[in-house]
Amino acid sequence: MKTLMLGNEAVARGVYEAGATVVSSYPGTPSTEITESVSKFPEVYCEWAPNEKVAMEVAFGAATGGARSFCAMKHVGLNVAADPLYTASYIGVNGGIVIAVADDPGMHSSQNEQDSRHHAIAAKVPMLEPCDSAECLAYTKLAYELSEQYDTPFLLRLSTRVSHCRSLVELGEREQRELRPYKKDVMKNVMMPAMAKGRHIVVEKRTEALRAWAETSGINQVEYNDTRIGIVCAGTSYIYAREALGERASYFKLGMVNPLPIQSLIDFARHVGQVYVIEELDDIIETHCRKHGIPVIGKLLFPTCGEFSQAVVREALLGEDRPFHTFDKPVPGRPPVLCAGCPHRGLFYALKKFNLYVSGDIGCYTLGASAPLSSIDACVCMGASISGLHGFNTARGPEQAKKSVAVIGDSTFCHSGVTGLMDIAYNKGISTVIVLDNSITGMTGHQNNPANGMTLRGDPTVAVDLEALAHALGIRRVTVVDPFDLDGVCAAVETELAAEEPSLIIARRPCALLKNVKHNPPMAVDAEKCTGCKSCLKAGCPALSVHGEDNNGRGHAIIDPNQCVGCEICAKICRFGAISFPDAGKGNH
Amino acid sequence: MPKTTEQSNVKNIMIVGVGGQGTLLASKLMGKAFVEKGFDVKVSEVHGMSQRGGSVVTYVRYGDKVYSSLVEKGEADIIIAFEQLEAARWLPYLKPDGILITSTQAIDPMPVVMGNAEYPQDILPSIRAMGVQVIDVDALGLAMEAGSAKATNVVLLGLAAHYLGFDKEMWVDVIRSTVPPKTVAVNEKAFELGYNAIA
Repeated sequence: MKTLMLGNEAVARGVYEAGATVVSSYPGTPSTEITESVSKFPEVYCEWAPNEKVAMEVAFGAATGGARSFCAMKHVGLNVAADPLYTASYIGVNGGIVIAVADDPGMHSSQNEQDSRHHAIAAKVPMLEPCDSAECLAYTKLAYELSEQYDTPFLLRLSTRVSHCRSLVELGEREQRELRPYKKDVMKNVMMPAMAKGRHIVVEKRTEALRAWAETSGINQVEYNDTRIGIVCAGTSYIYAREALGERASYFKLGMVNPLPIQSLIDFARHVGQVYVIEELDDIIETHCRKHGIPVIGKLLFPTCGEFSQAVVREALLGEDRPFHTFDKPVPGRPPVLCAGCPHRGLFYALKKFNLYVSGDIGCYTLGASAPLSSIDACVCMGASISGLHGFNTARGPEQAKKSVAVIGDSTFCHSGVTGLMDIAYNKGISTVIVLDNSITGMTGHQNNPANGMTLRGDPTVAVDLEALAHALGIRRVTVVDPFDLDGVCAAVETELAAEEPSLIIARRPCALLKNVKHNPPMAVDAEKCTGCKSCLKAGCPALSVHGEDNNGRGHAIIDPNQCVGCEICAKICRFGAISFPDAGKGNH
Repeated sequence: MPKTTEQSNVKNIMIVGVGGQGTLLASKLMGKAFVEKGFDVKVSEVHGMSQRGGSVVTYVRYGDKVYSSLVEKGEADIIIAFEQLEAARWLPYLKPDGILITSTQAIDPMPVVMGNAEYPQDILPSIRAMGVQVIDVDALGLAMEAGSAKATNVVLLGLAAHYLGFDKEMWVDVIRSTVPPKTVAVNEKAFELGYNAIA
């Protein structure tokens, strides 16, 4: 019986069926559901690590210890985990290890569009690339076999459209495996220069052995149809090309994107007319083909930026497009916004009044950069808010430190904000850092983290004591505020900015979407009191809008009762007392 | 260069709306139903940032063999819109002779709330004037009548069921086996109200 599964769920199923026993990951769209899905199998130990580097080291340690292990991350997560990856490549494995890395062409939920194949090539780690859920499952299991056979970590390259697409999968049984014995082997497992020199030679030979395997194993599938056009592609690019061109072209579908085959590509090129390389993001396959004398057309026709589709292929190769209707008036955009009742809203609203330089970070609160809150000046990568602020203030002098803050979420702070705060304390900075502690990893869809007292599976555990941690790092000024208490937030920010030493403000209130968070009933606007001044709209709440022709055409505010959770931020902003709970006022009109 | 041919029997459906409206459940129910009927199916979802109140789209494709998981401009047989402005936004994805099934709900996006953009007037009449078959329903109102605003998605599915080619009982079975037990009654009623919304 075939089951409809997300690519991510199918990878998780593959990890389970391969008999893996240890999984450690850090959440990141579009990879998050893999680890959540594996955690539903009680036979597999699963954890959220504080960051991807820790996750990969845990998984690699488990592989050294003889288990089949796994970790998953988004493309930028592999930058964080690159350090262990590059040397794990030299050491190889005992039990197999598979590392899933999910790229995000089109940047649906990412800060850049990097191509993770570069890491595979640079770290000399082999990489498989599935194109649908069935291949996600099959390739994951195959990667474990190859990892042990060729003594190497294995990368599995996913992308948003593979990870978050449901397609049919045939399920198998879990392989029953014994833990492999651990034997001390200094020459293999301790990477000091003398040993690493020997291992580098092993790595180069391994790559050639895997290339030879790729030539003959059938991992790369060739389909001959009309031979006037030959398409070389992998993963998502294959499904778009196959959709657009059907049997009007022949295909060389790469299942392994590192190392790439040579001879079989040359053979394919001889059997077809013009060879086109279709690959999302960078020109890696194209460059490889050129290097080996295969005349191909790739980025000449296909873009480097953004994601592909069958329409992109049709337009580039056939010059065709489909007729369609277009709406004849401008359609305003609908950018994502902080949810109604989001605790971050109060904090950003308060910050805006100070007109500060706000060094931002990665999470829901990055949405504080959008209008009308418009409260963020910078966003680079996980943790950079704090270290970046220290650099900014060091460059511009102590007066700047009194006009700037960093904002970072609890999960991101644990991920890589702690070291930045340590740097500020150690190097006598005076910057003010605000941790937005909403007790969850929010944007990726509610994962527990080291600061919220729950494990991946929801079991109670110790929680990082953020106040004590800050003290231990050398931060003496630590204040906790409720972000819904606008006056309290303003007072704390004013005091800490003025202080001649570093401060940590913890704005603490759980995410409004958490199931255990109790909501107030929806609030309502008294249209007679409302003057249509629109001050409440400055909080950027999706439950608020202004309609009507009263108040000399300005209209009056309306609250959507389906969205409002009664956080009272708008009521606190309203100078006319027009917003209240319906049982206390006149109610919505 | 030779022209491509349409893949014989692949049908394309798009579900569009505002993050948080429950578009994912609708696509999950459809995916399950098409699998039960023996089709190859691909359902492409959007997770992450745009779910936070942004414009969201899910693609459902089914047929003998489905390659791409995406639906492109001029390719959708049916678009199910949870909100009028989203219907207008994604209209170019509809085949010129495709069907637009839409909720009459209107949710102002932030640029409109802030007065920086205008919510277009008369969206549905304008689309009809282009010759597009538009089936509209007060899905939110019917969902409330069924007992929960969250059942909007199932109301729209009930309406769409007329155009998806399967019998009503199969959809009800799929709903029963998919939604949480506590919400079965509300969802069944929502489906019924949606199904009966057109004569």
